[in-house]
Amino acid sequence: MALRTWAAKKPLGLALGGARPLAAARGVATFTLPDLPYDFGALEPAVSGEIMRLHHQKHHATYVANYNKALEQLDAAVSKGDASAVVHLQSAIKFNGGGHVNHSIFWKNLKPISEGGGEPPHGKLGWAIDEDFGSIEKLIKKMNAEGAALQGSGWVWLALDKEAKKLSVETTPNQDPLVTKGSNLYPLLGIDVWEHAYYLQYKNVRPDYLTNIWKVVNWKYAGEEYEKVLA
Amino acid sequence: MLLPMRGLPAAPPRPLAHPHTAPAPPPSLLGPRRRRPSQRLSKVVSYYGLTTPPYKTDALEPYMSRRAVELHWGKHQQDYVDGLNKQLAISPLYGHTLEDLIKEAYNNGNPLPEYNDAAEVWNHHFFWESMQPEGGGSPEAGVLQQIEKDFGSFFNFREEFMRSALSLLGSGWVWLVLKRSERKLEVVHTRNAINPLAFGDIPIISLDLWEHAYYLDYKDDRRTYVSNFLDHLVSWHTVTLRMMRAEAFVNLGEPTIPVA
Repeated sequence: MALRTWAAKKPLGLALGGARPLAAARGVATFTLPDLPYDFGALEPAVSGEIMRLHHQKHHATYVANYNKALEQLDAAVSKGDASAVVHLQSAIKFNGGGHVNHSIFWKNLKPISEGGGEPPHGKLGWAIDEDFGSIEKLIKKMNAEGAALQGSGWVWLALDKEAKKLSVETTPNQDPLVTKGSNLYPLLGIDVWEHAYYLQYKNVRPDYLTNIWKVVNWKYAGEEYEKVLA
Repeated sequence: MLLPMRGLPAAPPRPLAHPHTAPAPPPSLLGPRRRRPSQRLSKVVSYYGLTTPPYKTDALEPYMSRRAVELHWGKHQQDYVDGLNKQLAISPLYGHTLEDLIKEAYNNGNPLPEYNDAAEVWNHHFFWESMQPEGGGSPEAGVLQQIEKDFGSFFNFREEFMRSALSLLGSGWVWLVLKRSERKLEVVHTRNAINPLAFGDIPIISLDLWEHAYYLDYKDDRRTYVSNFLDHLVSWHTVTLRMMRAEAFVNLGEPTIPVA
């Protein structure tokens, strides 16, 4: 019962910015698919419009729908005091909730070239990258290498350790969000290396996708997040 | 499957000690450790080659397009073959059969670097042979009886295969396996490259659930892909042969009644 009270008072994920507690009477927050901040075709030729449309309208939308479904089931299981159902739901919550969290960050990590996508970071983040990796080129090389070597589906991250104030490159399998690697880690930039993120355009050549994605990376967003977290 | 590869440069010398401090393999699995002095002295080196699906690349259309098969077989599987051969050139596991290599490199769940490519080469070869043009539908005779015995009905088996395939979160495979000790068929899914041989199970059917297996033809619709596999592609003929072979290792009997 305690969990239910907590869920009712603090709709899960309000801090993520995507939650709208529509079903307030039941105490379950409902997540919605965020709009893309640009057109599907705006990242071409780095990422095709067809990939962006499917990725946003099908994949991300499915994670949101299944996340809401799992949270509703969780609420029902908690109400009934069904402990084993609560435990059983954890993997669906982690996968679909992670898918929602990760993709919500991913869309903000990208930007059309005409609007400044691919422009290297300035300011404090630029300095921090030089200090922790040597140069932006070295960071990109490292993220590309770790992204290409990741077996199966997953994500490669530029992470900020909030306490140590250090940057690092991390990978997570499947839809595990970065926070599963440590509660101090904050995602500045995540690159989706699931095959659905690149297959229609790059086929089996994941390294080419990784090379080209940097042309549309929104470093301004990453820099703002960096300063916000350390402020 | 151990095929000589033409035009490969001579392998660099292999170190004697394993770089990953593998525990000694169970003697039953590998027999006494062979030193193979003759192979090192001679210039003949064998590597794995890309095996060919037992049908033309467009033979599975419209359920699996020629384009998808060509990429999947000619690029993905080829990459795994190349990756494996690159590893074997410097690996003490050189010379094992692929099955033994997969079992040993699985290393009780802490896979050695050779594992991923070796398992993927095996999985893909097995996958192509799990299908045939105008396949699908329902098995007959002994295989059907065994499925009905272990799942209750063929319908239940189909439901279980769909459920397992759709509940795999991420990349991997769904399998029909024969469990050795339980002596029954079971549907399991595995992550990424993991192959049920490592658990002592005998694989009977494999279906690739990596997005590269279905994305060109089905996009995000894994459900239709799996259902078309069951209805139009799975080779119950191959399954029958695999079950017959498996029966040499597992007694499925009721006494005196051969199952397949």
